[in-house]
Amino acid sequence: MLSAELLEEGQHLMTVCNACRYCEGYCAVWKAMETRSVFKAEDLNYLSNLCHNCSACYYSCQYTAPHEFNLNPPKTLAKLRVQTYAQYAWPRPLAAAFQRNGVLVSAVVVVMLIGFMLAATLGLGRRLFEPVAGADFLALIPHSILVATFTAAAAFVGLALLIGFLRFWRDVGEPYNALFSPKAWGRAFMDVATMTNLDNDGAGCPYPTESASESRRWFHQLTMYGFLSCFVATILGAIRFDVLGHHGTSPYESLPVIFGSLGGIGLLVGTTGLLMLMKRRNADIIDHTQDGMDLSFMLLLMLIAATGLILLLARQTAAMGSLLIVHLALVMTLFLTMPYGKFVHGLYRSGALLKWALERSRKAAAVKP
Amino acid sequence: MHEKPTSVMSGSYAEDEFYKDILSVTGGKTDEKLARMTIQASAQCVDWMKRQGVRFQHALVGTLQLGRTNAFFLGGGKAMMNAYYDAALRCGVQVVYDAEVVDVVIQGGAFRNATVLRSGNRTQVTAKAVVVAAGGFESNLQWLKKAWGPTADNILIRGTPYNQGKVIERLLAAGAQSVGDSKEGHMVAIDSRSPKFDGGIVTRLDCISLGIVVNIRGERFYDEGEDFWPKRYAIWGKLVADQPEQIAYCFFDAKSMGKFMPTLYPAINANSIAELAALLKLPVQSVVDTIKTYNEAVKPGAFNHEILDDCKTQGLKPEKTHWALKIDQPPFYAFGLRPGLTFTFFGLKVDEQARVLMKSGGPASNVFAAGESMIGNILGKGYVAGIGVTIGNVFGRIAGRSAAQRALKSEPTEDVPQEAARHVVG
Repeated sequence: MLSAELLEEGQHLMTVCNACRYCEGYCAVWKAMETRSVFKAEDLNYLSNLCHNCSACYYSCQYTAPHEFNLNPPKTLAKLRVQTYAQYAWPRPLAAAFQRNGVLVSAVVVVMLIGFMLAATLGLGRRLFEPVAGADFLALIPHSILVATFTAAAAFVGLALLIGFLRFWRDVGEPYNALFSPKAWGRAFMDVATMTNLDNDGAGCPYPTESASESRRWFHQLTMYGFLSCFVATILGAIRFDVLGHHGTSPYESLPVIFGSLGGIGLLVGTTGLLMLMKRRNADIIDHTQDGMDLSFMLLLMLIAATGLILLLARQTAAMGSLLIVHLALVMTLFLTMPYGKFVHGLYRSGALLKWALERSRKAAAVKP
Repeated sequence: MHEKPTSVMSGSYAEDEFYKDILSVTGGKTDEKLARMTIQASAQCVDWMKRQGVRFQHALVGTLQLGRTNAFFLGGGKAMMNAYYDAALRCGVQVVYDAEVVDVVIQGGAFRNATVLRSGNRTQVTAKAVVVAAGGFESNLQWLKKAWGPTADNILIRGTPYNQGKVIERLLAAGAQSVGDSKEGHMVAIDSRSPKFDGGIVTRLDCISLGIVVNIRGERFYDEGEDFWPKRYAIWGKLVADQPEQIAYCFFDAKSMGKFMPTLYPAINANSIAELAALLKLPVQSVVDTIKTYNEAVKPGAFNHEILDDCKTQGLKPEKTHWALKIDQPPFYAFGLRPGLTFTFFGLKVDEQARVLMKSGGPASNVFAAGESMIGNILGKGYVAGIGVTIGNVFGRIAGRSAAQRALKSEPTEDVPQEAARHVVG
């Protein structure tokens, strides 16, 4: 639940902003704000997820410190946002994971590494450290075990994300049947895919510092598309094995390898860029309690990409077994921590964009005679 | 001014209409030559500002209904200033912050030097030409008291506490000619709970034309529906300032709630007029009588806030001539109003080249003025929405150009730094 203090901070912010409205053209947050006159917890939960923390409003605002109103829209919205992540988490006790998230993710990595290592050592013995004929991963880990563990993890994670999303949807005041609007999905999809509504009206974001720059959008999209590309590679790999019956190593020119490699490079470049920007960002507008969560997510993605690419290059060598274990342990960690870390920003931001698309079409319908 | 719709303004706003607006609000207290010059030059303002990186809102959704005559900044005035500072830095201008001009020496109609106070140290600065763009004196409470008397204590200042008018004061002492009246300025009625300084745009109240306004005695004193609010908001500060204790109260009912811009502070409300008047510590019977008399005087009409409608009173003194609706639907609401001073008009007299005119006759050779420090040349009183930034922009460009020309022409002397002109911020 939203603390009384944070609720008050959010309401103070929105009351001042709604009486001013000069930031209207920056992003959807302010246009959505203008359609409201009172700001309850659910309104703040929605608006905070619509914000992408670019800070154009902060640099323009005459009411930031040292002004007595002491507004800091990006920081207040960031604080609100992270509490929504915990609020919608399923199962509830795991909401605590959003605090000290960095430590938690590191701990899961260690547990996964030990677990995979133990299982491999016990199962494979010396074979683990020898080259494998045809560089076939499945010669080391039986297909059935791989499928069973990752399917179980995927089912749990999928359920947790779905329940989180539905909780968000209900909390921000949308009925479930509003989800059946292809037009709104299309608009939200375009917003996510192209980040058009996050372009600060064409000028670029004042991030990491006050001067406008497109760098964060590029690095973010490289990361996002990299992630999606790797996801596609995994699915293509499964199709290749289970549907087409091609057993053995995927050749370099096969689709799974192409998607995986491109995705890995995207992730590597994207996360490196984002981390570099993160180091230079203006500390005044950052809720530093979230640093652990941000860092652990980006490092995990980066390491997965790096180990995946190394694995591809070194799969003929004796190191393949060890590399595979490290890579799989990291992937499993990402999987299991997805609903309890920075990954959920994509879920709720997309949800907020979907609601924003619905609000726009409702407004347009109301204006028509 | 624009003849055709632009990307940031609709319709057209031609020179004569613009000038007529200035003439009407100032009651003729304007310099026609300078005013027309400003209007003509205003046609290039938006493009020039865009070139410096200033951004405008596309279409108007929230703010006052001024889409035809006014363009609005994206991000507001601070965003504009940020863009200007960036543009200046790109040109290689050095900006010295936290520096106050405490003295200006003028000899024989020419600027000699200025003394700048910076973290306790005084430095003398010389220049070939100087542009005074140091604002007005609205934050100088002593000066306000001299102009307004004890009334000044109840005036709230909408901008920063730094507009002390010291540069204007020093130049006048050094023989510059003044223009305007110290009591004139941009003064609007704002929420009485606003901070003493720097409440800015959010303290505005746009509900006056929808309700009625009474003073501390519970009596009405002006036609709240005289004209569209954007054409009237700037007179209400003065109207309130002229009332006893410089406070007034706007009353309206449930019908009008939500029909104006959201406010910084919530409206005070009660289920009866008497209760509401008591909450505001007003003479209850007087307020109840005023609203009863008003309600009885309201003639039936078709309410339309977008036009000068036919909802008016008959037989009241003063009448409410438009948008007069009975105040009879609980809950009833009220806002306290105080005069909020945005900027002052009294300043330096200038010519068409923005040269500061001296009492001894003729212009100073290398002293130029722009913005609030010379706005009184065009506005003797009253206000046309947006004219402040327009004058600032037009005369800022003229003064800058004049100063640069002057600096390039003048013989180089030993003690003059390389800069063509120096922007004095005070």
